[in-house]
Amino acid sequence: MRMTGAQAVVESLKKEGVEIIFGYPGGAVLTLYDALYESEYPHILTRHEQGAIHAADGYARATGKPGVVMATSGPGATNLVTGIATAYMDSIPLVVITGQVAVSLIGRDSFQEADIRGITTPITKHNYLVKKGDELPKVLKEAFHIAMTGRPGPVVVDIAKDVFAAEIDFYYPEKVELRGYHPLYEGDEGVLERLAVEMEKTRKPVLFVGGGVNLSDTAPEVRALVELTGFPLITSLMGLGAVPDDHPLHFGLVGMHGTYAANMATTECELLIGIGVRFDDRVTGLLEQFAPKAKVVHFDIDAAEINKNVRTDIRVLGHLKWSLSKLLDILRDKCDCEALQEQMRPWLSQLNDWRSENPLSYEARAGQVMPQAVIEIVDELTQGDAVIVTDVGQNQMWAAQFYHFKNPRSWLTSGGLGTMGYGLPAGLGAQVGCPHKKVVVITGDGGLMMNCQELDTVAKFSLPVKIMVLNNQVLGMVAQWQRMFYGGRYAHTNLEGRTDLVKLAEAMGVPGMRVTQPDEVRRTLQEALAMPGPVLVDFRIPSDEDVMPMVPGGARLDQMVMGGK
Amino acid sequence: MKHTLAVLVENRPGVLTHISGLISRRAFNIESIAAGYTEEADTTRITVVVEADEIELEQVVNQLSKLVDVIKITDLTAMDAIHRELALIKVKASVETRSDIVDIVDIFRAKIVDVNRETMVIELTGEETKIDALCEVLHEYGIIEIVRTGKIALSRGPIPAKEL
Repeated sequence: MRMTGAQAVVESLKKEGVEIIFGYPGGAVLTLYDALYESEYPHILTRHEQGAIHAADGYARATGKPGVVMATSGPGATNLVTGIATAYMDSIPLVVITGQVAVSLIGRDSFQEADIRGITTPITKHNYLVKKGDELPKVLKEAFHIAMTGRPGPVVVDIAKDVFAAEIDFYYPEKVELRGYHPLYEGDEGVLERLAVEMEKTRKPVLFVGGGVNLSDTAPEVRALVELTGFPLITSLMGLGAVPDDHPLHFGLVGMHGTYAANMATTECELLIGIGVRFDDRVTGLLEQFAPKAKVVHFDIDAAEINKNVRTDIRVLGHLKWSLSKLLDILRDKCDCEALQEQMRPWLSQLNDWRSENPLSYEARAGQVMPQAVIEIVDELTQGDAVIVTDVGQNQMWAAQFYHFKNPRSWLTSGGLGTMGYGLPAGLGAQVGCPHKKVVVITGDGGLMMNCQELDTVAKFSLPVKIMVLNNQVLGMVAQWQRMFYGGRYAHTNLEGRTDLVKLAEAMGVPGMRVTQPDEVRRTLQEALAMPGPVLVDFRIPSDEDVMPMVPGGARLDQMVMGGK
Repeated sequence: MKHTLAVLVENRPGVLTHISGLISRRAFNIESIAAGYTEEADTTRITVVVEADEIELEQVVNQLSKLVDVIKITDLTAMDAIHRELALIKVKASVETRSDIVDIVDIFRAKIVDVNRETMVIELTGEETKIDALCEVLHEYGIIEIVRTGKIALSRGPIPAKEL
């Protein structure tokens, strides 16, 4: 079929079943946007390109579908960079379509020219520059395939302006043929047989669950593994939601702000089974002393993750859907799982002791709104069923610690890159993807202000996002480090809080509420959650509350500072 | 230790950027990198020499393999293979020293590819150590400039790297 390059992009998106585009137009994509206009393609216009890409990321995390972003050349494209890096670090599938200046102008420092392919090379799974119209359908087919298969990730397709106007014969390929790209699905079954033998022998195992489980939708397999073996489970920040937090064998988050039980279990265990994890430095603490007594097993789809940070004794490569199902089959066939569960008793009793000795806790202060209490009441009122989207810093850690997650894909946070300003736009995207779910954004006054322009987008599309601002008037996590490690020298972390966030929200069409007294928290949250549309609640919390427990940077996991009650 | 990797990649614009970008981002210790066309028009072969222990080498290979345009990586280090590098050396050569230099060139089985009143350009193909040795000997005559290609390598026997 004859059509223009711009129409070919639209047709390709239809073939991929793309429901919605997040974007922002400009000079180099005028022709592309004209084709969107013509086809009435669903599109969310944000107020900044960074808002668009975080929204697409939130959409992808909440739904499991690829997020699609469009932006113009030059500044439009460079405004996406933080969002692309955010998605790359957390392995989120995005297809990012940017306009480029016309082919004849490339390389001449033309108006709104930026080498976005060069800029995004280290932060994309793959990227393209399209200079010929005929290549468009094939490139887009490949882009979606690469973004979604294997270890997912963002793919940038940069398209020269004149390609959108070029006439082409549209033919959308059925299959992708890439000589250098063969995502692994099935690995070596023999390794799983050997692992089963190790599992039968062990008396002190830990299942360490990461974001890969949420990404590969294998939470049911992990739950089955926990139930079958009776092995205790801990998670990374990205692994929250895979198994409900209130499961008796779930001992919480491991790492810098992890639970005492999870960090002690890691230190004392003799078999650590990592499933879809990266062994990030925020998890391991002092790397040389991480799980010092354990044989390490690592399940991953990406061979480059094995031995990257932690030395692995048994590597299980392959898609978790394949490896976990196979392992379950082998255990059911060959192991006496009842005996195995029995064998766990002393170890579980040790873990339960650790948990009751030092549970997550905080000290309520008279007359003050405690951030942890806000999260606990949000948890109670939504019964763990909300999609929780956070910013980065203290708000993120309190949400991770005090919300009781029940479902996979209900915890959206920038774990790897730690991007402030992520929360509000990602929440917006999650709400677009899940119109019937309760989406609650937990953010701080610092992070909110980084992308507060998206309040306008939330209002315009009447997205019922509930925005909870834990407003301590400081950059809380940085201030906490200054308090703990820099002698209380608060270098530029005081935001002074001169902006009235309630008025700010209302100026953009989002109703605002303020909570200054602890006894107002519940009533206000009930009201906010019951409202049909969006709302922002400004919780005035103490400026010097710390996230505890904490493993100081470079320390061992068992050297944590407890705090709390 | 040093490892020599034959990296077969798609012959497309941007491939070298992807590879060099990855190497610098992951802070791998690359000694040399040499790229050129192959017997197949759509394939480029890059020879990478990397200084790494076993764990680091595994990371280099696995990270490079993840690049969509990388088709195949073969480690030629432990294999029976031919390793070569080409160097061009411009050296000062007066009437008095010229014949001495010609003798040295003969001993090394190098070639003189340019001569004028004051200088000579010498071409030498061989293993890295041989080129180093010639440079050292020529040093006292006054080396003006050196250019080296970086190592290329090919396994012996009938099987090509893409099938190894």
